[in-house]
Parts: sequence; structure tokens; C-alpha cells
Amino acid sequence: MRRLRIVLAEDSALLREGLVGILERAGHEVVAAVADADALLVYVARELPDVVVTDIRMPPTHTDEGLRAAARIRAEHPEIAVMVLSAYVAEAYVPELLEAAPDTATSGVGYLLKDRVGHVREFLDSLDRVAGGETVVDPQVVRQLLGRRRDDGPLATLTAREREVLALMAEGRTNGSIAEELVVSEAAVRKHVGGIFAKLRLDPASDRRVSAVLAYLRGA
Amino acid sequence: MTRTPDAWTALRADPWRYLGSRWPWGALAYVVSTIPIGIAVLVVLATTLVVGAVTAVLVVGLVVLAGIPVLAGLLGVVERARLRLVQAAPPSGMSWSERLRAGRGLAVSWPEVGYAFLVSVVLWPIDFVVALVAITVPVVLLLAPWLSRVDRMEVLGWSVDSTAESWLAVAVGLVALAVSAYVVGLLAVAQAALARLLLEPRDAELVRAVAELRRSRVDLVDAFETERRRIERDLHDGVQQRLVALTMTLGSAELDVPDGPGLTLVRQAHRQAEEALEELRATVRGIHPRVLADHGLAAAVHEIADRSPVPVSVEIRLDERLPEPVETAAYFVVSEALTNVVRHSGARRAQVHGWRQAETFVLTVVDDGRGGAVLDRGTGSGLAGLAVRLDALGGELRVTSPAGGPTEVRMAAPCAA
Repeated sequence: MRRLRIVLAEDSALLREGLVGILERAGHEVVAAVADADALLVYVARELPDVVVTDIRMPPTHTDEGLRAAARIRAEHPEIAVMVLSAYVAEAYVPELLEAAPDTATSGVGYLLKDRVGHVREFLDSLDRVAGGETVVDPQVVRQLLGRRRDDGPLATLTAREREVLALMAEGRTNGSIAEELVVSEAAVRKHVGGIFAKLRLDPASDRRVSAVLAYLRGA
Repeated sequence: MTRTPDAWTALRADPWRYLGSRWPWGALAYVVSTIPIGIAVLVVLATTLVVGAVTAVLVVGLVVLAGIPVLAGLLGVVERARLRLVQAAPPSGMSWSERLRAGRGLAVSWPEVGYAFLVSVVLWPIDFVVALVAITVPVVLLLAPWLSRVDRMEVLGWSVDSTAESWLAVAVGLVALAVSAYVVGLLAVAQAALARLLLEPRDAELVRAVAELRRSRVDLVDAFETERRRIERDLHDGVQQRLVALTMTLGSAELDVPDGPGLTLVRQAHRQAEEALEELRATVRGIHPRVLADHGLAAAVHEIADRSPVPVSVEIRLDERLPEPVETAAYFVVSEALTNVVRHSGARRAQVHGWRQAETFVLTVVDDGRGGAVLDRGTGSGLAGLAVRLDALGGELRVTSPAGGPTEVRMAAPCAA
């Protein structure tokens, strides 16, 4: 694990301290821990961190300040990875987050429920992946998206295994990580992915496959 | 014909045009029709009073006497309608059947009772005399050339016997006709003003009371809604944050505690904290969902649909956010309706549609289940409670569910932009 420079925004002092504790114990450097979106933007511009970790609901209106700040950071600093934490599942946030970055963005983006932070190892692993340019979407959000398109349509033609693979793909896992999770070979995963893309008529050459899969699931 | 709002305005504005307008005829009809009404009221009132007074010892009489205000109220309905003869827009009030249905439920209106006595004792004799003079004098004068030929003729002490005199009488008759029109007009206007004065205040009060009631009902719904939001915020920002912090602490502890029964217990505690968090989230959703507040109805309804075990297709077309109370009501209508679909309908699929129709937001939830659902307003729970809430917002909730299906839950609520 590489040592990341992190700017953290979370309005609840309790959670802010908890997060700082977890991140620092893992060996990361929290260069700033702030309580609102304005301060977040100021510190991001000043510190140019590797990763931004931000809550969605923050003062003054307690709606989606963090999300809007995240979108702005993605647009203005495509090299900074952003991990957004939410207290509840709202798939409506997903496109706002994924579509905010210019196509040239190389940094990763993540959307996790705050509960995941309690699973410290997995949370830190997700953070690493986002810092490494990957996309991470909370499994619960994916579950909801998958649940939506269950009637007829091409999704119904997927095998049970293919659905598992699709869900993990939507969470942002790589083929290697999916293979590990399902205890199969990477070649087998590649075969499933090919099958899924063919059935859903997605572009197999897409280098943003998470976005493509999520967009498909949202019915966009 | 020129349009003037009432006889008095027409008379004041242009006395000449007044003569040619419909108002003198209206005024005459008003005055003349007062006579039979006055006599009828006199008979009914006198009978009621006498019967009531005689039987008062038997208590029955008191009941009879208590009917007088109702009679006065019914007379008020007739009188308000009759005002149309001298005014284009008479005061609105209860209809005949409404007043009858209200019966003795309404407080006694003494002005109405007073008016009834006035009509039966004072007004109709005056009207009778005035109408008699106002009609006979001009008519007799105008017919003078013929009448004088038939018989010796005398009008108000003036005997008309020569031809020249009879033609003079015609001229005088024309003037008398005009004067009659003015006199009858003034009498009708004065009487109508009196009727309005005595019969209107009660209506104005009723209208005010109804408006007041409606406002306080909307206020109640608003207060209720505000309170829900406050509770939701408290839970969300308070308890929920603490539980999340707890899971973080337990998660960190898992990394430090060595393998063994200690770690097992910490893991168990962690799981329990997460379950508590999940339960709390479900509760918060039932109070006032965050997604609704942050993202509006369409997003929130999608979330409900996603959680539903019965496939639900959603189509909500809205360019802008709805007023908060309507949005919340619509959300809970969908939530309740879909819960019923899952529990009772046996449906295989359901559809939610929402759209704006002029100033109204309409939302339907349709399923292909077995039907037979009813909206039981008595229970005050679920959809019935929402029906009451929509009522207060000036909207409505309807359930159409023939046996064998399909079931349609339809809400409509005003949403002036």
C-alpha cells in the first residue's frame, strides 16, 4: 500500500476523528480534515492531495454539497481521485459522480456507504483502488440497480454466474479481483465478461466499462 | 340592453336609460312577488307560533317553536334567489337542500328570523299598496280615451269627461308610468338592501369560517410534515452518525484484537451495530426519505420501485420540483400503494405514472392483480390517512378496483407553479 496524501471533509466531528484515525493508522497522511465543502475546495487547491474523501451531506444546506464539490474537483483536477461517502443509498448520485469528470480523467472515483468504513481492510483496499484510477461503487447500490431491470429484456438472458460477474463489474472490480472473489480462473472471468457484453450489446472495447455497465443498469 | 350590476346603479347613472332597461320590470316583479310570499310566511309563522304556544306545556311546543329559525333559513334561501330580480350578482349562500339538511344543526340566525317577521308583517302590506297604486293609476289614465266612452271616469278626484281631457289623461298617464317605475324601483332597491343586510352577514361568516378551517387544516398538515422532517434530521444526524462511528471503532478494533473469543465477540458486536444501522435507515425512510428531500419525487419513487419484489415500471415526467407537501404525499401514496400490491393483490407487475396536467399533479399506481381493494376512510391508516392529507391539500385520492382487477390508485393535487 502506498502512502496517500488525503484531504478529508466530514461535518460530524465524531466521524471525522474516526476516519482520520483509521486513515492514519493505515499509514496515510491526512493533510487536512475539514467540516464543509468550501473549506474542502480551498484545501484541495492548496494541497493538491492524491485522494479526496468527502461526505455528501454537509453544511450549509445539508443536501449534496459534498457531491457537488466532488464533481468540481473531478472537473478541475482530473488527476485527483475522489471517494464519496454517503449515509444512505441513492443511486441518483452515481451518474452525477461518474459523469462529472472529463473523458481524459485518469483518476479514480468511488461511491461507498459510510457503513463500509467499518470494514476497515476493505475500505482501505477500495481507497487504494480509487487512488490507482479505478472506479468503486458500493455493492448495495449495484444490488439496487440490478434489482431494477429484472423483467424481460436482455438482462433476463444472463446466467446466474454472469449476473454475479456483472454485479462485481459494476462495483468496479477488475477481472483478477472478480476471479479471486468467485474462485475461478481469470480466463473464465474474461469469457463471462465477453458473454455479458455480447448479450447486453455493450462495446467490448470500452475502456470505461464500469460506466458503461452502470449506465446500462440505470437504463440510460 | 346595457349591462348594469343592479337596479340602483342603473337608476342613479341614467334615469332615462333606466326606464328602458330590464330593471323596472325586475323591480316590479320583486315587489309583486313579495306579496304572496309575505302572506304565506305570515300564515306559516302565525300557525307555528299559535300551535307552539298552545302545546308549549307539553314540551312538543318547544320543538315546534324551534322550527322557526329553520323556516327563516329556508325563507333566506328564497329571498337570496329573489334578489336576482334587482341585482345581477346576489350574495351566494346555502342552497335549499343544504339548508334543509343542516336543519337545526346551525346556530340560530336572529337577523334571518327578524327578516321573516318583517316580511310577514310590514313589507308585504307596503308592497301591496304601492304595487296597487303604481299599476292601476297609470293603466287607468292610459286607457282614459276608451274608459271615458264606456263610463263616467274619475281618477284621484279628477273627473275626465271630454275627449280633450281624456287625451290629456293619457299624457298624464305616461308621466305616472315613469313615476311608478321610479317609485317601484326605489322601493325594490330599499327592500333588497334590507334583505341583503339581514341575510348576508351569516353567509360571509360561514365563508370566512370555511376558509379559516381549510387554512388551519393545511397548517396542520404542514406542521406535521415539518415535524417529520425534524425527526428525520435528528435521527439522521444524531443516532445514525453515532452508530456509524461505532461500526468504525469496532472495525478498527477487529484489526488489533488477537484471534480468539475476544475477536469473535468484537465481530459479533460489529454485525449487531450494522443491523441496528440498517433498521434505523428503514425507519428514517418511513418518516421522510432523504432521497426525496435531496433529489425529488422521480428519484425517490425509483428507489421504492427498486426495493419492491413485484416488478414496477416508473414513468414520472416533471420539469421541476413539486411543492413539498404534494411531493411528500405523492411519495407515500406510491409507497403505500406498492406495499398493498405486494401484500394483497397477487399482481405480477405494476406501473407508476406521474405527470403535470395544467395546475394539477396526477399520479397513478396500477397493478394487474385480483382487484377488490377498498379505500376505508374510517381506519385513518395507510392510504386512508393519505386521502385525508390530500383532502387538506385540496386534492383527492381514488381507488378503482373491480373484482378481478386491475386496481388503480389515483391521486391528484393542485401544484400551481
